[in-house]
Amino acid sequence: MDWLVNADTTAEKLVLMLVAIGLFVLVMAVILLGVDRVKRVPQWVVVVAFVGPAMAAIAFGLVYPGLRTIRDSFYDRTSSNPVGLDNYVAAFTQDAFQVVLRNTLLWVVLVPLLATFVGLVYAVLVDRTRFEQFAKTLVFLPMAISMVGAGIIWKFVYEYRPDQQGVAQIGLLNQLLVWLGIEPQQFLLNQPFNNFFLIAVMIWIQAGFAMTVLSAAIKAIPDDIIEAARLDGLHGVGMFRYITVPSIRPALVVVVTTIAMGTLKVFDIVRTMTGGNFGTSVVANEFYNQSFRISNLGLGAALAVILFVLVIPLIVYNVRQLRLSEDIR
Amino acid sequence: MSSTRTRRTRAALAGGLGLALALSACSGGGDEGGGDGGGDAAADVDCAAYEEYGDLSGKTVSVYASIVEPEAKQQTDSYIPFEECTGATIEYEGSREFEAQLPVRLRAGNPPDIAYIPQPGFLKSIVADFPDSVVPAPEGVVANANEYYTEGWVNYGTVDGTLYATPLGANVKSFVWYSPSAFESAGYEIPTTWDDLISLSEQIVEDGGIPWCAGIGSGEATGWPATDFLEDVVLRTAGPEVYDQWVNHEIPFDDPQIVEALGTAGEILKNPEFVNGGLGDVTSIASTEWVDAGLPILDGTCWMHRAANFYQANWGEGVTVAEDGDVFAFYLPGESEDDKPLLGGGEFVTAFADRPEVAAFHAYLSSPEWANAKAEVTGQGWISANSGLDPELLQSPIDQLSFDLLTDESYTFRFDGSDQMPGAVGTGAFWTELTAWIANDKADDQVLADIEAAWPAS
Amino acid sequence: MTTTPLPPQSFVTPEAGEAGGGKAPGLGGRKLSRAEKRAIAAAGRLSSPWASGIAIILAVLWTIPTFGLLVTSFRPQQEIRGSGWWTFPTNPAVTLENYTQALFGSSTGFATYFVNSVVITLPAVVIPISLALLAAYAFAWIEFRGRDILFVAVFALQVVPIQVTLIPLLSRYVDWGLAGSFWTVWLSHSMFALPLAIFLLHNFMKDVPPSLVEAARMDGAGHVKIFFQVLLPLLTPAIASFAIFQFLWVWNDLLVSLTFAGGSTDVAPLTVRVAELAGSRGSQWHLLSAGAFISMVVPLIVFLSLQRFFVRGLLAGSVKG
Repeated sequence: MDWLVNADTTAEKLVLMLVAIGLFVLVMAVILLGVDRVKRVPQWVVVVAFVGPAMAAIAFGLVYPGLRTIRDSFYDRTSSNPVGLDNYVAAFTQDAFQVVLRNTLLWVVLVPLLATFVGLVYAVLVDRTRFEQFAKTLVFLPMAISMVGAGIIWKFVYEYRPDQQGVAQIGLLNQLLVWLGIEPQQFLLNQPFNNFFLIAVMIWIQAGFAMTVLSAAIKAIPDDIIEAARLDGLHGVGMFRYITVPSIRPALVVVVTTIAMGTLKVFDIVRTMTGGNFGTSVVANEFYNQSFRISNLGLGAALAVILFVLVIPLIVYNVRQLRLSEDIR
Repeated sequence: MSSTRTRRTRAALAGGLGLALALSACSGGGDEGGGDGGGDAAADVDCAAYEEYGDLSGKTVSVYASIVEPEAKQQTDSYIPFEECTGATIEYEGSREFEAQLPVRLRAGNPPDIAYIPQPGFLKSIVADFPDSVVPAPEGVVANANEYYTEGWVNYGTVDGTLYATPLGANVKSFVWYSPSAFESAGYEIPTTWDDLISLSEQIVEDGGIPWCAGIGSGEATGWPATDFLEDVVLRTAGPEVYDQWVNHEIPFDDPQIVEALGTAGEILKNPEFVNGGLGDVTSIASTEWVDAGLPILDGTCWMHRAANFYQANWGEGVTVAEDGDVFAFYLPGESEDDKPLLGGGEFVTAFADRPEVAAFHAYLSSPEWANAKAEVTGQGWISANSGLDPELLQSPIDQLSFDLLTDESYTFRFDGSDQMPGAVGTGAFWTELTAWIANDKADDQVLADIEAAWPAS
Repeated sequence: MTTTPLPPQSFVTPEAGEAGGGKAPGLGGRKLSRAEKRAIAAAGRLSSPWASGIAIILAVLWTIPTFGLLVTSFRPQQEIRGSGWWTFPTNPAVTLENYTQALFGSSTGFATYFVNSVVITLPAVVIPISLALLAAYAFAWIEFRGRDILFVAVFALQVVPIQVTLIPLLSRYVDWGLAGSFWTVWLSHSMFALPLAIFLLHNFMKDVPPSLVEAARMDGAGHVKIFFQVLLPLLTPAIASFAIFQFLWVWNDLLVSLTFAGGSTDVAPLTVRVAELAGSRGSQWHLLSAGAFISMVVPLIVFLSLQRFFVRGLLAGSVKG
């Protein structure tokens, strides 16, 4: 049975994969059929059967490590001795931490809003056109690229060469500037605008996600609503504003929230493009540096906890949205 | 560590060890992966030297390192004689995330048998943080280390009087790359003192050129080439003794002598007349990738680029690296012709298991047999400080030059300082502050004071 | 917004909403005319020069960087560094060397990595979606104490960075003797995906018209029956869409597989190989462009082949607002 753990050949791997999926389906089937067969099962048994497996997985995979992180944030760099609030003091008194915090807020506000906006506008514009499938694929493309791949692509775009004899631009953006007769710029170096050029990369990636989800939501708007609106004389921007956007509001909330959560955690772009230099670092990048490069587990954990805290406004917002929709129902 | 490109290797290698053969033969990735290439290598090998390791059939040693393809291939090829003679299997795993991942694995109780640690400072913190995981070097390894390596190299692998790690590869950083043909046609001489170097630079400016090009961009590690530059200058302006005190924090990081050295480095790196040939103004040093930074020499927009011997891998195909070729490197001169400090680096073999086969493989890696096997399968871009290494086996002129300097008694070798400092400095503040020094024109003393402030208290 | 429940048939026959242009045969006359009207309106909208102009600009902006990389991946190393990719038409030097090296320049065959990626990805998509569907159903349609708090907690856990879980999880896997196997990768990916999956799928579940669920309950169906017979069919589009995103994330993941599976060739996925292409000192990055495209191919195929599911009613019920 060694191959169950150490699958070497392609055949073994594929069989192992099927075994895993089969095993999973079997276990779930047993649980659900068990619940279904027994007459008059108590409500809580049903709930446990439905929610239990997911909750167990989350508890083990996320809650337990999350709690450990909170604990570690009060311990020293090897998490062996408690140090009280020292790590938080260190984090906040760290040189330029204000800049890091400011950048993080910039990211977490700009990326979800702009990516969602672009995705929404694009989805509306290409909706029901002849080239819809193709047009959507173009914007979806960046989603298929890993973050590191995206970093490479955009380093290319921002590449700087001086405007002098015998030197050719190899970055598209600077070539455009040169063609327009403007001095080439060091986009990744010039503060504070370099942050916006990094944020643009994340927007570029996430717009595909927003576009895909929102496009589907737009398709689901019942025809009679549109019809009624049209009879009331709504067109173009008016239709977009008074019908489309309100109709897909829940989807918008979901998309903005999801992208915001993802943005808070993202550091690959900063890491591969500037390494956090030139005033572009974000909390997630600092967390990564402290935890994995400098091996200061305590400070790293404290920075992760700061991330947890930053997400609270998002949670509050979503809870309010949830209440709102419950009331309507 | 080496950075060879496969095509070049193929051209440089002797037929029997042709990489093409080895490549096609290895696609299975199994134990017999050596195939034809391995067979030929083993045919040359006299297993007598391996008898001391005993019969290790069926035993496996796992190796974890930061060396990835295509250099990883040269690593695994160099293990073939050991595998064939002892019957052991070496499972090599290379990852660019090595430095982040190794502590994770150690902390989780999942260490590799052997890891190649590229910085003595990292080794120190691993020994401090995981005293139960790391295994002191066994007897045979200690004997090899003392026999084939200088005391300095042995000391880099020693923590608190115990030898843990032995050197694997080495590199030499005190080089300035230039174009021999361009120098010749312009009538420039290779400088032999620091003052010569500066007057040559001024001469180039007078002739209408920009003498230096530099780049310190390296993703998350941005800034490291600048730390090498400063260390090279400290060795020259303050001397090796002060350098040691500085690296070991016996003097503050912002000691006046270091401030002076940074000023001297700035006379080149922050002099708008001297930099940044073909790449822009001073700040462009911060945003230029180090791998690209020397290339303007090929275009004639730059004359000199200070970089280690491993920069040879970046010149690309069709560029001849030789004293009479397109590019070559000269020794970054000292204050006088007799003052010859040499900055370099390397990686260190550290064991996390004390099984006999692990000890045997560790001993093999510290022996001249391995160094020579490695040199044989490496076309260019690899040297070792192992005195048993046969220089004839090194196939690239710059490797031969590097090895000559490394084994020449008149040169004073010092290991890369940032690699020996605690992580918070060596892979943290030192990098970022020197980046700010260039990108934001941060003042010399302020830069050094801020690095000093980042030095961990304990 | 209106609270009118969606007519059920728009779930069951999503084509109705999508047929655009009224070309689809077999639709009722009333519907056809409406679809026609919309098609005309849509056509009118795009003929507006502003609208089509903006759409084209966005499409071009979003495509050009990738296109540049595509061109770059076929150019020789020296050319890449010497001139911009847009000079390609005037200087068309093409090489497949980057691809050859990316594909074959390793001691381990590319196929091995590819198989590993597939083996890692499929269970890591199937398992979390199944678990999340069940949980999302319970959160949406079963009343129980603490439901809302639990749901918010699950949703909030999205923010836990995967990096903080590495050491605690790896320690457990080592204890269980599973480290370095596919099991750890599947389990980890599944766990990490759950909060977002539950959050998204819950949104779709909740928007299914209550009348449908009520009707099934009246017929005496239990939760299991309702889940499988009423909700699952309605949610097929939503499931397919989330599956694509989960597929993308797992396919592009480097960290989880590096940590839990190790980089050993028995389990290492494609991303490990692509990351290697940069070389030990990052000196080989011209190969990365080729590598990036090779690893993009499969996600694109998956997207294109499942795109029709996207179009039909993901978030179908969200009209209730």
